[in-house]
Amino acid sequence: MTEVQVKSTQNGVNVEALLGARNALGETPEAGRFVWRATNEWVHGTHSRSSVRSYYGLGAEHEHKSGFDFEADHPLVFAAEDNAATPVEIVLVGLASCLTAGVAAVAQNREIQLNSVKATVEGDMDIQGILGADPDVRNGFSNIRVTYDIDADASPEDIEALVAQSQKRSAVFDIVTNPTNVTVEVT
Amino acid sequence: MRTTAVVIGAGHTGLATSHCLAALGIDHVVIERGEVGHSWRTERWESLRLLTPNWLTRLPGLAYDGDEPDGYMHMAEVVAFLERYARLVNPELWTRTNVESVTASADGYQVTTDKASITCSAVVIASGGFNIARLPSFAPSLPVDVESLTPFDYASPDSLPPGGVLVVGASATGVQIAEEVQRSGRPVTLAVGEHVRMPRLYRGRDILWWFERSGLHDERWDEVEDIARARRVPSPQLVGSEPRSTLDLNALTTGGVRLVGRLAGIADGRAQFSGSLANKCALADLKQGRLLDTFDEWATCHGIDGVLEAPERPAPTRLPESPDLVLDFAREGIRSVIWTTGFEADHSWLDLPVFDHKGRLRHDGGVVAPGLYRIGLTFLRRRKSSFIHGAGDDACDLTRHLADHVGAATDFWQDTGLRSVAVR
Repeated sequence: MTEVQVKSTQNGVNVEALLGARNALGETPEAGRFVWRATNEWVHGTHSRSSVRSYYGLGAEHEHKSGFDFEADHPLVFAAEDNAATPVEIVLVGLASCLTAGVAAVAQNREIQLNSVKATVEGDMDIQGILGADPDVRNGFSNIRVTYDIDADASPEDIEALVAQSQKRSAVFDIVTNPTNVTVEVT
Repeated sequence: MRTTAVVIGAGHTGLATSHCLAALGIDHVVIERGEVGHSWRTERWESLRLLTPNWLTRLPGLAYDGDEPDGYMHMAEVVAFLERYARLVNPELWTRTNVESVTASADGYQVTTDKASITCSAVVIASGGFNIARLPSFAPSLPVDVESLTPFDYASPDSLPPGGVLVVGASATGVQIAEEVQRSGRPVTLAVGEHVRMPRLYRGRDILWWFERSGLHDERWDEVEDIARARRVPSPQLVGSEPRSTLDLNALTTGGVRLVGRLAGIADGRAQFSGSLANKCALADLKQGRLLDTFDEWATCHGIDGVLEAPERPAPTRLPESPDLVLDFAREGIRSVIWTTGFEADHSWLDLPVFDHKGRLRHDGGVVAPGLYRIGLTFLRRRKSSFIHGAGDDACDLTRHLADHVGAATDFWQDTGLRSVAVR
């Protein structure tokens, strides 16, 4: 790689388009209102299947290029069939995916070439909470740790700054660190 | 000195216990840190009235006989009732005496007070179930210029600094204080977690009438499916007032109180609330519906529908369009926080290995160990155990157990080898 002197950074993120969108939203902020959707259907036991097809944004309905399906189940130690990842693991996947996308976008904007980005996510949970065994124990994670291993053409400080900025602009980081009003209805 | 039994506390439970011990001919001493009904005298806010109607205010040998059976006693009336009861029971009563420790002794227990030491075969702990305010672990993170009060610190709205008030917790204490403070002109935000909703009157009768008559209040600790859970249920959203009005979240919203979700944490001068308010209110609405269904079924089963008003169900809890999730104390001018997040009993002077891993007293329907009893905790033996009218049946049961025990007293602590652990 050293013999090739490329001026332009290629992380595969179209930053110009994103910055263009930010400017455009200054004129029409209502276009920034998105609604993300998923449907979920029970399969059997704790196994369910979710599907992501469409979303709303930029003032119009959109379809994903193709539909995406996700399965979820619970592991054998929960006396379940372990047909798929546990929902809480999918939350960790969402957090890592969002932060990594952010790292790539910020690196592109800062003209930092990424060579590899790897993350490990761990969430601590005491299942006395979900089992109702101890009311002082919360249901969800008590702690989430994300560890990044990044090889990039930049100083360690710049890489640290990439990761920090990615958290600052991450939707999922915000979702898991701040409260959100949730309503669940039955039709 | 030596006696057969020591009763710790001369409130309604201690005096009821003394009455039952005397009836069984068991000599005993009642020890009281202050005067009769100390907590009722000194640890209640000014406007508080009992949640139970006067006709239900009764102890073994004495029942309310005034001319307002449907009213609710102010604290001064409760104290007067207990003083009258103390004269009737007339125990050997040591007032202004502090219990410093209870330990195991060769043939029972040793109760050490600041006046004297007593050895006895049995001890009944009747020192109240609500001695200490329980605060969340993050309570110390409040901004320093925001006053932090427990219900013990709160006397009336005048005792608060001017400005907005955050009340944390929507059980009986929380909704009563929230209502009173809002009415005083201070804007109140109420953080609402799990709560128990009840109408004051249902089909023309006090909700406590339904509990009492249907037998629900007599349900025993060894009959319910999950007693640990039943003991944790928050106190109901009720107030004893004239007129007899319902004090649920809808009443508070109408009065101008702002509802937010359970307080999840405090950081950087801001409080964060859970987004679960809709769920907590839906749970409370559904639970209230099931309770009233139970009462309706009981009424039909007993053929008394005709003498009762028609069933009319309370409206669902009205929620803010989008409950606030963050509160900036400085920006919103919130100057005080009142922690109505529950109480617990103080057993710090009980030097015996009778606690679970979380420091809570272990007991089976009030029987802690042979010869050691607890009375006056939530759902101790019956759903009504923490109410004044619940003291009688529990005192009766436990003193009978005590009589059997002292009839054949052995050195339990010696036998189990626990005595060396017990004595500090």
